Amino acid sequence: MTQDGPTLRAHFETQRGDFLLDASFEAPMLGVTALFGPSGSGKTTVLRAIAGLERLAGDLFVGPETWQDPDTFRPPHRRPVGYVFQEPSLFRHLDVRQNLLFGLRRTLRSPAHRPISADEVIELMGLSHLLSRRPHSLSGGERQRVAIGRALLSQPRLMLMDEPLTGLDLEAKDQIMLHLEMLHDALSIPVLLVSHDMAEVERLADRLVVMSAGTVAASGPLNEVLTGDILPLRSRRDAAAVLRARMEVYEEEDGLSRLDISGQSVWVAGRAARPGEWLRVRIAARDISLAVERPSKTTILNTLFASISAIEPHGEAEATILLALGADGDGPHFVARVTGRSVRALGLRPGIGVYAQLKSVSLVAGPATL
Amino acid sequence: MSDLAELWPPVALTLGLAAVTTLVLLVLGTPLAWWLARSRTRGKEIVAAIVALPLVLPPTVLGFYLLIALGPSGPGGLVAGLYGARSLAFSFEGLVIGSVIYSLPFVVQPIRNAFESFGERPLEAAATLRAGPVDRFFSVALPLARPGLMTGAVLGFAHTVGEFGVVLMIGGNIPGRTRVLSIAIYDYVEQLEWGKAHMLSAGLLVFAFLVILATMLLERRMRLRVH
Repeated sequence: MTQDGPTLRAHFETQRGDFLLDASFEAPMLGVTALFGPSGSGKTTVLRAIAGLERLAGDLFVGPETWQDPDTFRPPHRRPVGYVFQEPSLFRHLDVRQNLLFGLRRTLRSPAHRPISADEVIELMGLSHLLSRRPHSLSGGERQRVAIGRALLSQPRLMLMDEPLTGLDLEAKDQIMLHLEMLHDALSIPVLLVSHDMAEVERLADRLVVMSAGTVAASGPLNEVLTGDILPLRSRRDAAAVLRARMEVYEEEDGLSRLDISGQSVWVAGRAARPGEWLRVRIAARDISLAVERPSKTTILNTLFASISAIEPHGEAEATILLALGADGDGPHFVARVTGRSVRALGLRPGIGVYAQLKSVSLVAGPATL
Repeated sequence: MSDLAELWPPVALTLGLAAVTTLVLLVLGTPLAWWLARSRTRGKEIVAAIVALPLVLPPTVLGFYLLIALGPSGPGGLVAGLYGARSLAFSFEGLVIGSVIYSLPFVVQPIRNAFESFGERPLEAAATLRAGPVDRFFSVALPLARPGLMTGAVLGFAHTVGEFGVVLMIGGNIPGRTRVLSIAIYDYVEQLEWGKAHMLSAGLLVFAFLVILATMLLERRMRLRVH
């Protein structure tokens, strides 16, 4: 992996009973990196080790600093991280304001170097009406927002979030995701997000580190891992690609926004963003049908020209087709799920160009930095 | 009426002894309870058992050993020698030492339970918010353990007020110095001064009831506030 700018390099090893953890990965200190995997795969243990809450054997380098190596172990309170636990873990003896200020008072940074102000966080996380409340009187979603705000105010250089949305109802989840997206845009703090929820990852993550049984199975930019061949992600039933799209123009008469994906146009309903803004678009493998000639009379609005990179059988009757946007096969990847019969009937094979008709295109998030 | 004035010194002495003892117990018992709650040393349960000994030991046994320890040939005598006294037995200081040991489990146990009740999580959260170990103890652990500290203080105070056997062994019956309430009552009964014995006993009865009631109400209120 080659990266410009500072990176986080982690390697941890431990054995607990039958569970063997041996995980190494590298992530840029930029954007959201999701640690994704089933429960029990060691995600939380790795996150806790990064915060210094667990002391495992290994190394941890954050930017130019060594937080852990065989001779060093920086204690948790000396690591400038913001940690959000799965349960909000607010201090019940303090009200919301005191909870928020707990880390700010103790920040390692001098007053001149505090990029995140209390006012800004209160505004960003929507907390102004909760300040004098006690944690026990808040809803689950409100508590988690306070916990995120509290972590931010400690002026972290790295946010560590352990499934912060688990256990919340859909509405609260959605609201927090919205706050997290705003955060993503407003503050340039890198985030390591532990998650086992693909929808959450597709919406929030820029990069993916996939863990499985204590090891890192794959890591890289989100769509590369989603559609890559190291992992079975692209052969999941609900396989999907997440592509970067730029808002072009809102076409008033049709009520559609025209987006640009690597030089090809896609339309979505409504006013998606301001012209020039980047969006993240999810294309599910099952929502794609393929044609070898340009379809003429069809109600399908969005057609992308792509070339086939690979064809893999999927179950008895279906196939997963890996596509690269554009004619020359070097555009971003996405996958289509079609029947084996169609593959034979159309003579689909790697190298040929096809028209991918998208039955639906969903915007998964506002401005994205994929 | 002047007779009744003699009832006051034992009451004052008892309250003073209980107050000093409680203070010492909180200062010593809190770190001890913290260690018992947090340490991963295997030997800690041995220490916990020693702390709990006064719960089962007859006070006279404890008092007997304390008498030897505080006496002229024990370590207490050595300490007393530093300021020109012969022994710590039969002194207020000796009573405080005895009371502290005797009431230790009543203070340490509730505080230890309180420290254990909130688990690791608030301390971890504090650590990720840049609070060092000492800071975590004072700004998170102590406030969260407040119900336990209250219970411990009340029980320690009340238990000291009510002690008899240990005091009898190491304190004797020196008016104004070691003649505490329970001893005074015993004396009055011996001298058949039942009226005075009644007054002190009834006072203690009401006191004990109020203490227990107050502790229960306090705990209930704190539980309600916390959850």
